[in-house]
Amino acid sequence: MSLHDLPEVAGLLMSLVAVGLILVGLFFLFVAAVGVLRLPDVFTRSHAVSLTDSLGAFFVLAGLALYQGFSTNLFKILMVLVLLFLLNPVIAHATVRAAYRCGLKPWSKEDA
Amino acid sequence: MKIFFLFVLITITLLIGVYLYRVLRGPTLFDRVLGLNGISTKAIILLIVIGTVYERVDMFVDISTGYALVNLVGSLAIAKYLEARGEVL
Repeated sequence: MSLHDLPEVAGLLMSLVAVGLILVGLFFLFVAAVGVLRLPDVFTRSHAVSLTDSLGAFFVLAGLALYQGFSTNLFKILMVLVLLFLLNPVIAHATVRAAYRCGLKPWSKEDA
Repeated sequence: MKIFFLFVLITITLLIGVYLYRVLRGPTLFDRVLGLNGISTKAIILLIVIGTVYERVDMFVDISTGYALVNLVGSLAIAKYLEARGEVL
């Protein structure tokens, strides 16, 4: 290995980091899906949908952006990432506030 | 590398099935709205992965941006409507 194949090695390393990030993101998306399936009511499920889902999307999109290399696509994917991070909590907050104003009671231990 | 991205595609598609169960069986209307929000997040990721597989990310990223904005407007409209109506379905 000489100094001449340094760009090749750097590209391979970047792909490996991208694969790692995507796998971590898939783990978080899986945890979010388990939460949506198993949690008892709207207020607890909104945690799975907004928090864990946003983190999983962050890792997957960061991995995909890294895989593109340094180009316009990287910044476009980062723009989608920032958009998701802004929009997901807004939607979850609006939905949960509507649920609370409609008179749904949060789940408590007595309901179990 | 293409096989890895196909694996990612299949995994996210299977996860969409879980959210679809919540949309169909959700006890309240708010569960369905939250489930649809989760599905659209997955669809945005799915679009970018498809773009990576076909090596046309520049095109698919724009579609996914539009999808995110449409999802925001739709979900906010449904939430505001339900809040103004003020009764549980």
